[in-house]
Amino acid sequence: MSGLRARFTGEQGGFSLDVAFEAPAGGVTALFGPSGAGKTSVLRAVAGLERFSGECRLDGLVWQDETHFVPPHERAIGYVFQEAGLFPHLTVRANLAFGLKRAGAASVITFDDAVDLLGVAAFLDRDPATLSGGERQRVALGLALLSQPKLLLLDEPMSALDTAAKQEIFPYFEALRRSVALPILLVTHDIGEVERLADQVVLLKAGAVAGSGPLNEVLLGEAAIRGAREAAAVLSGRIAGYAADDGLSEIAVGAVRFLVAGRAGETGAAVRVRVAARDVSLAVERPSATTILNVLPATIAAIEEVGDAEAIVTLRLGDDTMLARITRRSVRQLGLKVGQAVFAQVKGVSVLAGAG
Amino acid sequence: MPSDLLSPILLTIALATITTLVLLLVGVPIAWGLSRWRWAGKEAVAAVVALPLVLPPTVLGFYLLLLLGPSGPGGVLASLWGGRTLAFSFPGLVMGSVIYSLPFMVQPARNAFEAIGARPLEAAATLRAGPWDRFFSVALPLARAGILSGAVLSFAHTVGEFGVVLMIGGNIPGNTKTLSLAMYDYVESLDWGTAHVLAAGMVIFSFLVIAATMLFERRLRRIAA
Repeated sequence: MSGLRARFTGEQGGFSLDVAFEAPAGGVTALFGPSGAGKTSVLRAVAGLERFSGECRLDGLVWQDETHFVPPHERAIGYVFQEAGLFPHLTVRANLAFGLKRAGAASVITFDDAVDLLGVAAFLDRDPATLSGGERQRVALGLALLSQPKLLLLDEPMSALDTAAKQEIFPYFEALRRSVALPILLVTHDIGEVERLADQVVLLKAGAVAGSGPLNEVLLGEAAIRGAREAAAVLSGRIAGYAADDGLSEIAVGAVRFLVAGRAGETGAAVRVRVAARDVSLAVERPSATTILNVLPATIAAIEEVGDAEAIVTLRLGDDTMLARITRRSVRQLGLKVGQAVFAQVKGVSVLAGAG
Repeated sequence: MPSDLLSPILLTIALATITTLVLLLVGVPIAWGLSRWRWAGKEAVAAVVALPLVLPPTVLGFYLLLLLGPSGPGGVLASLWGGRTLAFSFPGLVMGSVIYSLPFMVQPARNAFEAIGARPLEAAATLRAGPWDRFFSVALPLARAGILSGAVLSFAHTVGEFGVVLMIGGNIPGNTKTLSLAMYDYVESLDWGTAHVLAAGMVIFSFLVIAATMLFERRLRRIAA
């Protein structure tokens, strides 16, 4: 079987872990959960930096089972740590060469391509200590890639960065997931990172898997995520066109078309759109005069009360699903029921840059 | 410079150099082990290594004398090349100095290894560097300032040692009579002039060694920072 298949059980320092999950051979799988859920322990166990009992295999190759334990330096992994994963005694260039030298052939990426992809050419001859946090993480990513891994492990690579540095580094991660055909395991507690980068999500809670599946399924299927104030659906689509006179881009998601302000990218490019539950309101008849551009026919799949006054309504639009967060009074006054056909008025749609 | 000073100077430099080299080969691996082992008994090993810091040199010298003497293991070793004892000989002096200065090498090196932390070594492991590779290409370069400190301290400590060399060396001119023993002899025989030359020379030498090390170490730390 291809991809990663892992199962770890055991206790370490009063913390007990019992997880089993799979990650497909391509794309980003997020290990998502609150701090203390065991995300980093799982990642370290996959790398062989920590040892639990269980098994771990990549593309059928055994890294760990009852009788084997392959040490980290014999696993084809690239690992990006939260911080300080660079060698302080080496220049950026020598750091990058460290991984390449020990990997042998450049099967994943060449030195020059890594330098281009991550935009580190300007500081190749500097010491890591002189770089900003974001620059350091870009170099760390290059270092991990140049070791020519078959699996890339990212341990909250942005958590030590401030908001500005995060914004600066995001495009590099997005470029990475587009241009490198590697399975990536991303540990994060930030739902924003999951929405922008993940294809699959493994939800961890207190050392156990609380749910897993494709991104939107987990975002909408897990009560805790669905019920959060910033809950949103993330849908994959393509840019269908751009109307220059209105300055609007049209994005096709299945049979549905969304209009968003501004030029989202080249026509035909794959994009990800985020529809926040709070930005969706419902009407039982098609509103005739409204300033809202995106009015979409939908079917109510579920109504769930949250908080004191609100309800989360799960909506089906063709093959896709999204959420509306409305008041319970509206549910009552409009007599909304599961199975009912409604019109979803989407006030805001954001395009998650360059994702697919 | 009085000509009979040359022999103790050369002897002392030879002793300190050889001792330091041996300590680099022996002390650095011990320091590495102490910084990496997760074994409960490791502090006992650390305590044994640190013992010469608190033990009176004469006590250490006494035991070394027994150890190196004709009826000890040193005597057995010496008999391999037809000798009778390692005591009162230059090799014996080296052994004694190595043991006596061991903590001066191990302590700073261990601190330097521990200061690296787990992260750079883990990072190296994820980049396909095996255990030896990690030691030579990550741990040693990152700990070099501490190792250099240890080497300089060991060198200086060996130059200045008195009790141990007196006990196991026996103050034999040209063989085991080091500078500090010579100094003692000059003062005993009221040869103040030579004692002055020697003392002033030692002060200047020590100052130069310390100053050069500090400058060099600062440079290393700046690179490593």
